Amino acid sequence: MFKSHYRRFVFILLIMASAIWIVLPDNPGIHLSFLDKDFEVVQGLDLQGGLRVLLEADLPETTEIEPEQLNTAASIIEKRVNALGLTEPVVQVAGSRRILAELPGIGNPEEAIATIKETGLLEFIEIRYEDVYSLAPGQRIKTDFGLEESDDSAEETATPTPASDEAQPTPSEEEAVDTSEDKIFHTVLTGAHLKGSGVGQDEIGNFSVALEFTEEGGEIFTDYTATHIGDILGIVLDKQLISFPEIQQAIPSGQARITGHFSREEANNLAIQLNYGALPIPLKVVENKTVGPTLGQDSLQKSTTAGLAGLCVVMAFMALYYRLPGLLADLALLCYAAITFALFKTIPVTLTLPGIAGFVLSIGVAVDANVLIFERLKEELRSGRNLRTAIDLGFSRAWPSIRDSNISTLITCLILYWFGNTFGASIVKGFSITLALGVLVSLFTAITVTRTLLHIVLDNIHFAEHPRWFGI
Amino acid sequence: MLNIVGKRYWFFALSTIVIIPGIIAIILWGLPLAIDFTGGSILEVRFESGTPPAPAQVVELYDDLGVLDPIAQSADVTDIIVRSKLIDEATKALILEEMETRFEGPLTLLRFDSVGPSIGIEVAQQAAGAIGLAALFILLYITYAFRGVPNARRFGIAAIIAMLHDVAVVIGVEAILGHYLGWEVDALFLTALLTVIGFSVHDSIVVFDRIRENQRRHRLLKFEQLVNHSIVQTLDRSINTQLTVMLTLLALLLFGGVTTRHFVTILLIGVFSGTYSSIFNAAPILVVWENREWRSWFRRKERAAA
Repeated sequence: MFKSHYRRFVFILLIMASAIWIVLPDNPGIHLSFLDKDFEVVQGLDLQGGLRVLLEADLPETTEIEPEQLNTAASIIEKRVNALGLTEPVVQVAGSRRILAELPGIGNPEEAIATIKETGLLEFIEIRYEDVYSLAPGQRIKTDFGLEESDDSAEETATPTPASDEAQPTPSEEEAVDTSEDKIFHTVLTGAHLKGSGVGQDEIGNFSVALEFTEEGGEIFTDYTATHIGDILGIVLDKQLISFPEIQQAIPSGQARITGHFSREEANNLAIQLNYGALPIPLKVVENKTVGPTLGQDSLQKSTTAGLAGLCVVMAFMALYYRLPGLLADLALLCYAAITFALFKTIPVTLTLPGIAGFVLSIGVAVDANVLIFERLKEELRSGRNLRTAIDLGFSRAWPSIRDSNISTLITCLILYWFGNTFGASIVKGFSITLALGVLVSLFTAITVTRTLLHIVLDNIHFAEHPRWFGI
Repeated sequence: MLNIVGKRYWFFALSTIVIIPGIIAIILWGLPLAIDFTGGSILEVRFESGTPPAPAQVVELYDDLGVLDPIAQSADVTDIIVRSKLIDEATKALILEEMETRFEGPLTLLRFDSVGPSIGIEVAQQAAGAIGLAALFILLYITYAFRGVPNARRFGIAAIIAMLHDVAVVIGVEAILGHYLGWEVDALFLTALLTVIGFSVHDSIVVFDRIRENQRRHRLLKFEQLVNHSIVQTLDRSINTQLTVMLTLLALLLFGGVTTRHFVTILLIGVFSGTYSSIFNAAPILVVWENREWRSWFRRKERAAA
């Protein structure tokens, strides 16, 4: 017994040392060959200010959306957002139809939203040979992909698409709309079927754009080209015609080449549009939250004060009411705060206002475990047991209720997390993560740490002489 | 010894008295749903000059720009909060520009939220689902944790009833405060509600655990006495834990700033209700069930509350 709790004490000291090291505000981080890590507090949008946009697939409710399409769309948006040069933007899939983008510290929300919303829905459409004369690059057309709703989004987006003029004069838009306004073209393939594209050059130095389709896309493409030789395959970005190459032969390989009188730059532009403008699904903004930086910093400062005040009051209460064990519980509580905060920095957990509230609240939970144990300890002492037995009994008898009650809190956290995740409600998610972490750490500190400290103190004082230290 | 279980119907009555005004408030005024659920936009700006325009002037500005359903209110001294039908970034920029020229002086955008209507309905549905799911899982867990005890499911159901009591209290208070203080049911409120549920069950379990333990030790004691005994034994703990949680929440309420005030107040009320219901409702319900007291409810004058 003697050995085991001293060994535990050393273990606790080690954990505390690393926790305190991590918590230090000017922590340098670990930079080793196999491990490269900085320990920094990640502040949520509500604390540092920024923009949060929830995008939803702009397709009829009944349309199935492949998770893969959503992931691709998210990663394309992420590329665009990264180009804005922000610190730690987050783009993630939320649920089965939505993408959440969080852009901290953004100065110009309008521009950011415009950048994200450049939906760049890429389609390859069927154009009959006889129709081609009424069409021109840059012209808006209708397609049967995502019919009804997607038209609005295209209008809202109004993406300028300058690429590939192909030396033809671009007619003014009104003029073009007149000619084929009601014609709805059939979409053969979308950006989802395109694996990638690049610029190539043939023997005589003409630039061309090479397309590579996915396996599924390649099959559709092969079938289609086999039956439509001589027809036109229109390339449409955001319902705007950007190029319409003729199908010269059946193409069985899933790889195609658009030739024309491209300059290097034109070819390059087209390839980029095909690669990065190719959102597999059209998206619309369904939720938009902007927090100015003033509000956030104000709340952060106030919450920190509140947290410290709460901690002090609780510690004073414990020391006054439970005396020596209370003081030890206070030490455990400090350990708790240090370890939890160190975990926040290590994982890292994004700190939001409710997150801080969850942390402060879990201080209460941490104390609860000790209160349960000490009340039990007192009872055992009153029924005449000697101190060491009473302590062990106090811990072991309080354990089932601590375990069951904390598990029920963890269950709630889990469901909160799921709820927050589905809706991209990072506020709710942050709260559930901090509360759950708090509960788990408090189990360790309130039980292992307090118990070890109690035993060590008992080795060095004689309880019989100081019953009042235990508040009896 | 304190006889809490003996006075159980008084405590049931007290709970009912607390809950009824809330229910009336919900029927009369409804729950004030935030744009998180209804869809719409909310714009919060600070006028750096320190003299914001009157809400009516802001409403006029919105009307002039053709934005539907504006409701403006002042917050703090320098801020104005405007709710309206859904507006987009461009309209927002227009409004800000117009505000700056019309009310003379620089302003800072504090917050701009806009939520599409389809999202709102879905969030509301899922939130209800989340609460139901939480209740179900907790019921399952309690039934499992108390599997050695006769009638384990009763413990789970009693905890759920006490939890529903707390949900009713919190929602009722929200309806009343929403009417008078303009607080709205938003995602944060839901978070608070779910937390209250967690804590309510947490407290019930601590009392139940004592009953479980005492049942093994004192097999001869009448169930009613056994429950009362268990409640009294855990009373010190309940009060002390309650105190510490209340103290931390009070600290948040006093120093935590405006943003979290609504959230913390709801937590404070809910956590208090949670402890109350675990002592005065959850455990006594076990006794009512054990004695099958409902058989005599309508025969004698003694009336049940819940």
